[in-house]
Amino acid sequence: MVNESTNGTSDAVLRVDDLRISFSTYAGEVQAVRGASFDLRRGETLAIVGESGSGKSVAARSIMRLNPAANTIVRGGEIVFEGEDLLRLSERRMLEIRGPKIAMVFQDPMTSLDPTMRIGRQISESLRKHLGMSRAQAAERAVELLELVGIPNAEERLRQYPHQFSGGMRQRVVIAIALSCDPQILIADEPTTALDVTIQAQILELMRDLQERLGMSIILITHDLGVVASTAHRIGVMYGGKIVETGTVREIFYNPQMPYTWGLLASIPLPTADRSQELIPIPGSPPNALDPPAGCPFSARCPYAMRICEEEMPGYTTFSDEHRAACWLHHRMAPKVEPPASIGGAK
Amino acid sequence: MTEQTQNGEANGRPLLEIRDLKKYFRVGRENLKAVDGISLEINKGETFGLVGESGCGKSTAGRVLVRLYEPSGGEVLFEGKSIHEATGSEGRALNRKMQMVFQDPQASLNPRMIVSDIIAEGIDIHNLAANGKERLDRVHELLETVGLNPEHANRYPHEFSGGQRQRIGVARALAVDPDFIVADEPVSALDVSIQAQVINLLKKLQRERGLTYLFISHDLSVVKYISDRVGVMYLGVMVEMAPSDELYSNPLHPYTQALLSAVPVPDPDVELERERIVLQGDVPSPVNPPSGCRFRTRCPYATEACGHDEPVWREVSPEHWVAACHCIP
Repeated sequence: MVNESTNGTSDAVLRVDDLRISFSTYAGEVQAVRGASFDLRRGETLAIVGESGSGKSVAARSIMRLNPAANTIVRGGEIVFEGEDLLRLSERRMLEIRGPKIAMVFQDPMTSLDPTMRIGRQISESLRKHLGMSRAQAAERAVELLELVGIPNAEERLRQYPHQFSGGMRQRVVIAIALSCDPQILIADEPTTALDVTIQAQILELMRDLQERLGMSIILITHDLGVVASTAHRIGVMYGGKIVETGTVREIFYNPQMPYTWGLLASIPLPTADRSQELIPIPGSPPNALDPPAGCPFSARCPYAMRICEEEMPGYTTFSDEHRAACWLHHRMAPKVEPPASIGGAK
Repeated sequence: MTEQTQNGEANGRPLLEIRDLKKYFRVGRENLKAVDGISLEINKGETFGLVGESGCGKSTAGRVLVRLYEPSGGEVLFEGKSIHEATGSEGRALNRKMQMVFQDPQASLNPRMIVSDIIAEGIDIHNLAANGKERLDRVHELLETVGLNPEHANRYPHEFSGGQRQRIGVARALAVDPDFIVADEPVSALDVSIQAQVINLLKKLQRERGLTYLFISHDLSVVKYISDRVGVMYLGVMVEMAPSDELYSNPLHPYTQALLSAVPVPDPDVELERERIVLQGDVPSPVNPPSGCRFRTRCPYATEACGHDEPVWREVSPEHWVAACHCIP
């Protein structure tokens, strides 16, 4: 890990505080994010982990203000970047941030590139717009960017269309575009989920390498705990629109403090594990965002749930400078519960 | 798997014998060699895992095995009889013995049909229920088997979550009481917490009903967990095949080694220490696969000889087969 010990929140480049985002739909108000707080520090990778519907992508898109304007309701909170609240900036001001300062890589590289436009133009677009480069300067920089992300024959490749690239190469192009204006923050929403493992390994290596060279901060949105273990410094576990536990990678993997995190870790088959060991699934399914529970969102599936869990959301208990979890089991009156034997315990 | 596989020694032969199976698709004037000569046997009661990256031909192979595709060459014997020569009532009987569970439960269930009709479709086709009551009883029983509420038989697929829909897919496959199920990426579309539910269900059904599975997946951890034996495919051919634990602890083929090393392990300390083989480049086109060893364009150990020396499919230790080249001792 590069700088696991970055300390203090003063180093934060971005702070998300009690973010609440809803969508109005024909069925009612979908409460996608229900009070999520986290900060992102200089040069680190923060992974937001959660299953589909946990609100992780919505939270990430809120930072870029990319949620559909027509039905998104900001119910509260703030996203502070360089002293400004991104949620309340004008769209014109946002244009100066989205791209040059905070950039995003999406899951599916086919749909995030324009199929009718040559790669070269897609890369130079932002260079010319944001950095005011001339056509020739932008073309030159585009070659450098393609080389930076490891695409051979860059000059020739610039004249090609997205369909002439493989999935992994397309994702490299998307990363090149995201990096074109040298952003401080890169948000990667499931950047390798659509790729094969051997290609995933290439892309993750590229991202680690670029972070070391360029020093940007990365928010990695993923459901894959393997990807997290190999790339992140800190983790926020998201469930039912809330961050239920956050800590360093080692704290979350080896000393998790919340039954949902336990369940998540116990339900993945390890390539190294003994096959006779039963997988421990989490029973049931995630809460309905149209009518979220009043208490802990995980209470309905939690084997240790008490009556209070259904009635009231627990506050955070702090375990270290970095590590905190929201769970009633840490209340002084709660019974003592041990996590399942198969998890925890650093070697 | 805790329980030992009863391999089909009783009747002297495996449930399924696949010999030099080929499936080509016409692409313009050329052939796309999706499956280009694979041979394997699947024993009764075992789970055979098939892994590989997208485009390696694993799904095509699975589809040929359940007669969704005609092979372009080679043969598949089910209980000693060629499945692609069977017609009429013999063919229908085979269709009943072999079922499939698909990857995307959203796309593989008809959104306009209620769950009981989806599950009972096979029962109707094969006339397995004498009357409406028996049919409905069967459906209720199946729903219970896969852990769904029988009262939900009149609902539509959209009223269920992803994991529940996959359970419906499993119930549909079970409805005709098959011997062999091809499960093509059955848990890939599901969240991890739900994945484990479906994997455990598949294992339980196998224990109770003596089912034989071909489990196709790109997720090597899941495959290892559920399979007794695993085959690794690359560009239409099998490069290695071995009992699950043996393959993962002692991978011999450079591709298998790279594939296993590419899987990120959900354990930060392991990730920190281990050496990773990162393959360069992409899988070549199956229309014009490389000559000689197909993996040579990405293989870290490739030599000039690999361009013309065909690897030899060889059993290097009991039950451990590998497409042997100069790298294999």
